Amino acid sequence: MPVEIKNLSHVYSEGSPFEFQALKDIDITIEDGSFVGIIGHTGSGKSTLIQHLNGLLTPTSGTVLVDGEDIFSKKKNELIQLRHHIGLVFQYPEHQLFEETVHKDVAFGPKNQGLSEDEINQRVQQSIKMVGLNYDDVKDKSPFELSGGQMRRVAIAGVLAMEPSVLILDEPTAGLDPRGREEILAQIKYLHKKKKMTVILVSHSMEDIGRLVEKILVMNAGEVVFYDSPNRVFTEIETLERIGLAVPEVTYLMRKLKEKYPEIREDIFTVAAAKDEILKVIRG
Amino acid sequence: MTMEKKEKMIEVKDVCFVYPGNSENKSVTALSDINLHINKGEFVGIIGHNGSGKSTLSKLLNAIIFPTAGDVIINGLNPKDHEHLWDIRQTAGMVFQNPDNQLVATIVEEDVAFGPENLGVPSLEIRERVDRALATVDMQAYAHQKPHQLSGGQKQRIAIAGILAMEPECIIFDEPTAMLDPSGRREVMETIRKLNQEKNMTIIHITHYMSEIINADRIIVLDAGKIVMEGTPVEIFKNVSALKKIGLDVPQMTELAYELRKEGMNIKDSILSIDEMVDALCQ
Repeated sequence: MPVEIKNLSHVYSEGSPFEFQALKDIDITIEDGSFVGIIGHTGSGKSTLIQHLNGLLTPTSGTVLVDGEDIFSKKKNELIQLRHHIGLVFQYPEHQLFEETVHKDVAFGPKNQGLSEDEINQRVQQSIKMVGLNYDDVKDKSPFELSGGQMRRVAIAGVLAMEPSVLILDEPTAGLDPRGREEILAQIKYLHKKKKMTVILVSHSMEDIGRLVEKILVMNAGEVVFYDSPNRVFTEIETLERIGLAVPEVTYLMRKLKEKYPEIREDIFTVAAAKDEILKVIRG
Repeated sequence: MTMEKKEKMIEVKDVCFVYPGNSENKSVTALSDINLHINKGEFVGIIGHNGSGKSTLSKLLNAIIFPTAGDVIINGLNPKDHEHLWDIRQTAGMVFQNPDNQLVATIVEEDVAFGPENLGVPSLEIRERVDRALATVDMQAYAHQKPHQLSGGQKQRIAIAGILAMEPECIIFDEPTAMLDPSGRREVMETIRKLNQEKNMTIIHITHYMSEIINADRIIVLDAGKIVMEGTPVEIFKNVSALKKIGLDVPQMTELAYELRKEGMNIKDSILSIDEMVDALCQ
């Protein structure tokens, strides 16, 4: 499902002394099946933007079209239908776990979709497996006796169980150790590749963004600064730093190496790509 | 400098910590056989995967919890003597992951004053301490602002100022950058380095970001409640495959050096930073 954001603006507390324009005229399209990364410093409008995509916030002006349909012209019950297609995983989603068992917690979403018992069970098993947990091991456990990384995966499974076509994740790896980070990102990559899911990933890790996404949306002060491929975006080091961002460490390295090796490529964002380029240019 | 460094800030002797069980849950041994010391003025990084015991250890170091067995001595004081408890908590301050959970007041300078007020510091001195603390974290200009209007990095620096106003000798940082954007992370790391280098404060920095501790004096690696490695950043990060095996990582430059060495390039295994890598490749 393509998601078209049309001239979207959002003003918080309009008309009050606390009036604050969080989004200014955002106009972009997220293509069906694409993997988009959103970066921007705290307060740049990332979270406000993604909360419009499934109708949690209503725009001050402009709109969002999902699969060609204006989601804000819809009646309330249709909006709820739409939310099932657009799964939003908030920051620290494990804070939203509440059920007695992992099974019940993951089943909560599909249950609200009014699915049959069989269908619910099948989806719960499937989505727990999808996030890399063993269903039989965890199904009867309280979500609160799991480790932080496992709790987060259960929370993501709860969203996946609704079988969304668009998956939005707000900093899914914050606070996880390197292996936990790696595992969650690998699952997300799998969902995108194998299940053709459209994925929107908000992250402060330029390294993760650099190696995963096809397109980067850079936000600053509620506006779009860039919406382009990693190659184009991560070579704009000065602009990114000016708005409180950065590029992956290896990209800084390549830029410095260029002083001695002018032929070396700068559009490198992963250790693997840096290795290949260094072997090619420096070792020869 | 070296004289000072020999004085012990924290000693941990044969410490075990067990979270007690109840009718529903089994007891969990979070730490076993922990022996370590941290010298005054030292910058120590602690790494380990989620559940390895890092946070339990950090809570023992400022007497939020007490060891099941063994002793933790903080600046010569043992928290088992309950009369020392407040002295200890004042000696070792703590900064946590989420700045929003640590700020209590509606105005920045009132927030920073909260700690010393509770210690019963005279009000004139509180004023001085607050100004000094805000200057140290470079946030004087925001003294009259509301904390919720600040960025993540700024909030975290206010949380640090709140700890500084209690004049601790040691600060324990438990993943202080986990929620911050790149500039916030940079601000907080610069503040921590400044506290260590200019104010000679003892720093214990728990993190999942390996690049944040490449300048530490020493790194301690925890796995399954035990110390499995201890040494300088170069000594620790050399062990790329051993670290990966226990779910950890190495700085990006160290990993790149490791990969290039595997391809037969002659690059030393002690590279941690971009500049060191540039030097190695541009000889």
